[in-house]
Amino acid sequence: MKKFFSVLLATTMAFSVTACGNSSSNENDEKVLFIGGSGPLTGDYATYGTSTKNGSTIAIEEINNAGGVNGYKLKLVYEDDQADPQQAVQAYASLMDDGMNVTLGGTTSSACVAVSEEANKDNLLMVTPTATQKEATQYPGGFRVCFMDPDQGTYAARFIKENDVGKKIAVLYDKSSDYSVGVYENFKSEAKKLGLEIVETQAFTNQSNTDFSVQLQAVKSSGADLLFLPIYAQEAAYVLTQANSASLDVTFFGVDGLDGVIEKIGESNLSLTEGVMLLTPFVATSQEQNVVSFVTKYKERHGQTPDQFAADAYDAIYTIAEAFKTAGVETDDKQFNEKMISAMTQITVNGVTGTMKWSVNGEPEKAAKAVVIQEGVYVEYKK
Amino acid sequence: MKNKFLGDMKKTTKNNIFTLAICFIAFCVVTTMIMTGSASRHMKSLLVPICINIILTVSLNLVIGFLGELSLGHAGFMSVGAYTGCLFSIYFEEILPIIVRLPLAILFGGLCAAVFGIIVGVPVLRLKGDYLAIVTLAFGEILRSVMINLEFTGGASGLKGTPQDSSFNLGFICVVITLILIMNLVDSKHGRAIMALRDNSIAASAVGINTNKYKLMVFTISAFFAGVAGVIYGHNYSIVTAGTFDYNKSIEILVMVVLGGIGNIRGSVISATFITILPEMLRGYALDDYRMLIYAVVLIVMMLLGTSEKFMFLRYKFSPKRLWSKTKNEVKLRKENI
Amino acid sequence: MNFLSNLISGLSLGSIYALIALGYTMVYGIAKMLNFAHGDIIMVGAFATIVFINNLGLPMIVGVLLSVVVCVVVGVLVERIAYKPLRSSPPLSVLITAIGVSYFLQSLAQVIFGTNQKNFPKFIEITPVHINELTIKGESIVTMTVTFSLMVALSLFISKTKIGKAMRAVSEDKQAAELMGISVNKTITITFAIGSALASVAGSFYGLTYGFIGPYSGSMPGIKAFVAAVFGGIGSIPGAMLGGILLGIIENLAKAYVSTELSDAIVFGVLIVVLLVKPTGLLGKKTNEKV
Repeated sequence: MKKFFSVLLATTMAFSVTACGNSSSNENDEKVLFIGGSGPLTGDYATYGTSTKNGSTIAIEEINNAGGVNGYKLKLVYEDDQADPQQAVQAYASLMDDGMNVTLGGTTSSACVAVSEEANKDNLLMVTPTATQKEATQYPGGFRVCFMDPDQGTYAARFIKENDVGKKIAVLYDKSSDYSVGVYENFKSEAKKLGLEIVETQAFTNQSNTDFSVQLQAVKSSGADLLFLPIYAQEAAYVLTQANSASLDVTFFGVDGLDGVIEKIGESNLSLTEGVMLLTPFVATSQEQNVVSFVTKYKERHGQTPDQFAADAYDAIYTIAEAFKTAGVETDDKQFNEKMISAMTQITVNGVTGTMKWSVNGEPEKAAKAVVIQEGVYVEYKK
Repeated sequence: MKNKFLGDMKKTTKNNIFTLAICFIAFCVVTTMIMTGSASRHMKSLLVPICINIILTVSLNLVIGFLGELSLGHAGFMSVGAYTGCLFSIYFEEILPIIVRLPLAILFGGLCAAVFGIIVGVPVLRLKGDYLAIVTLAFGEILRSVMINLEFTGGASGLKGTPQDSSFNLGFICVVITLILIMNLVDSKHGRAIMALRDNSIAASAVGINTNKYKLMVFTISAFFAGVAGVIYGHNYSIVTAGTFDYNKSIEILVMVVLGGIGNIRGSVISATFITILPEMLRGYALDDYRMLIYAVVLIVMMLLGTSEKFMFLRYKFSPKRLWSKTKNEVKLRKENI
Repeated sequence: MNFLSNLISGLSLGSIYALIALGYTMVYGIAKMLNFAHGDIIMVGAFATIVFINNLGLPMIVGVLLSVVVCVVVGVLVERIAYKPLRSSPPLSVLITAIGVSYFLQSLAQVIFGTNQKNFPKFIEITPVHINELTIKGESIVTMTVTFSLMVALSLFISKTKIGKAMRAVSEDKQAAELMGISVNKTITITFAIGSALASVAGSFYGLTYGFIGPYSGSMPGIKAFVAAVFGGIGSIPGAMLGGILLGIIENLAKAYVSTELSDAIVFGVLIVVLLVKPTGLLGKKTNEKV
């Protein structure tokens, strides 16, 4: 039996070595700009990677249908990394074998940090749609479309202070998510500076992200009038549902991760999102022409409203296309990477998540809008 | 076996040399491929993970195959090694040259993991079977929760800033050292005592084998090597996150052990290589949505083909050996033994 | 007041754990295997309920009952295809196969239903009960009532009926039971069927309490229930019930009074301590090893 196994395994290994060895090259004469990326398409975080993949695919098709960029067609290959740094690096290597020109990095922060290290060795341009962690863009070639964690928390605290949305603030955050912790910590320090009163801080982890009864009970008895939720939409949907059955009456306030909560909570519970406030650069119900067209296409294709991940990915592709256009280089140019990277700081992209410019440190300059959910629609916040 | 030198040796020694020879040949082939530039980037990125998984699998096999206890917390020991080894490297990056620092980091990570091995090993003395398995699982999960909540481990965002010093050569050296040490342990007097414990603990203690000492020893050694694998892992990527070392990782290592054969070190080496490559092979065929599905099916089918009585018989019935065999009687006898 | 309310939500959570733990413990008691795929049966049940009620528009009782049927079929099929051929193989091979089945069910659900979590229909609407300041959720009341009645029914089934007797006999001594004319295979299949049916009910209540179901929703409750089963003494049916409920309560109280982020570590820590004091769980039988 053992022999049988050894033979079987040895054959598969031999096959795999050859399988790993051959790289598919483009046979036809069409000039192609190869964009690669990775994100969790399977596993616990699969929903993030899937959104990112879907959003970027739509952008690729739009650009190609409009004739491409500089005579080039864009090509996207999006790999699965299960939000694991190791797999993200392997996916990156596999994409490099296939001749990747620009990378989207990883979708989740830790995966992206690992990829950024590799991309830096290759001096490749990396435009990550959604990795919020500061270190993801620490190298010259690293740029991001979304906000960095620290900024979001600061903005949120300032907004709450300026508009006086809440007096006694409670926070519920995900201790196992770098995104959530990052936003929370900056929120806390900014709130302290501004003299906001945080009366209760509750946390959870990804091992216990369905039952919030205890945390909400604590929030309830603390007498808070605003609950700050620096978490993602799915968990927020759980929180809203359970807050309702625990008859907790507070204003819910979130940042960009909360976007998509309307979609997650579903038609039947729509009333629960009434009055939820969030700071987000992307508003799916916006009347801006590019947003309307993106949202319509996304809905047609995937049967749901695009979330923040999809929107950021969509913009990331347009950003790369814009940089490519500005740089005006051929992909086989020896200076390709340098020219692309320097083009990044010259461009302005009018995307679905707002108008963006980049500084050398890779952070986008864009404005977050404060919106309130009313009857299942985002409405711009007015004091 | 005409070679006189080989002929004089014990069967196990021959086996061990054969296992090491396989590793050396694989190493030479791969190194030649890298030198000549025919190795793809993807393949190169898999080399260190393969080495890490081999060390993990072989060390877990020591507990499962030779001590006969199920451990579901191997990833926990790996995380201790990864964190401590990386912290060591971060603190001493400026002070010590890499040639001194890296071996020290590996040793330090391994020793820290071994200390935790002792901590887990103590309850082991009282428990057995599935109860023991659940305690190791619980232990791994506790470690993970604590790592997320500690400041110096970087919390949820992970530990960053470790110098990326791991290489295939380093991984290979560690694999060889692990193999030699563990194979020698198994072959030694201690190894026989451990296996006696596995086969019949009461009989073993009746002949004067110190049950507690050997159980603790196996857990500590196994944890040490898991820690070593963790250090190599930590130095291979620029980030270490606690989420990596959850119970799914322990299960993954367990799968490699069982697939390679319980108590079979060569099998562990092969299956660790195979399981690391398998999901990567499925990349790029537009199969991403089905990747895990295929992996699951392969796993189930492998187990059914490998250990199910019915399939074993079918395989035996149609095996070339039997069909060509001249002595039918012998075959009949073997059939009855299955 | 907070304490009481946390205790009650803990009880409600614990009764879901207990329902799942029953499946683990029964299968372990009779087939001597850890069915790691059991947690995913909850997810299958919950998805089936969603399909029946939301997509096919069936009335809620019919939907929930049909989902029980689906789970029983899936459970028995899994047993027949993946576990039965391995009955005489080493226990670890069966464990790995069970893990394979677990991955399979999760990935299959993801391929069919996508990665997003789906809304679970509120198939029972019960107004919360208010006693002074204490609010008891409607779902909690239903979950606890149904769990307790199912547990009583199961205990009666095991102790009074012929099949129950056969199950006890098989768990005692497989060979002797076979000699007495009990079909071991059939008994194991029935055990899987009952375990899966309970898991399906647990799935429905899980969905009802939390409102959402995704392809991986079953894995965490599955592990917790596994812990609960060991906690109570694996193989013991009253043990699984006790273990599940205690686990739920400990988890919630740990969250409320110690640390929300370390609650899992505390649960596992308590488990280790209990096992150190009582190595076979709270109600587990001590078996003396014969030489």
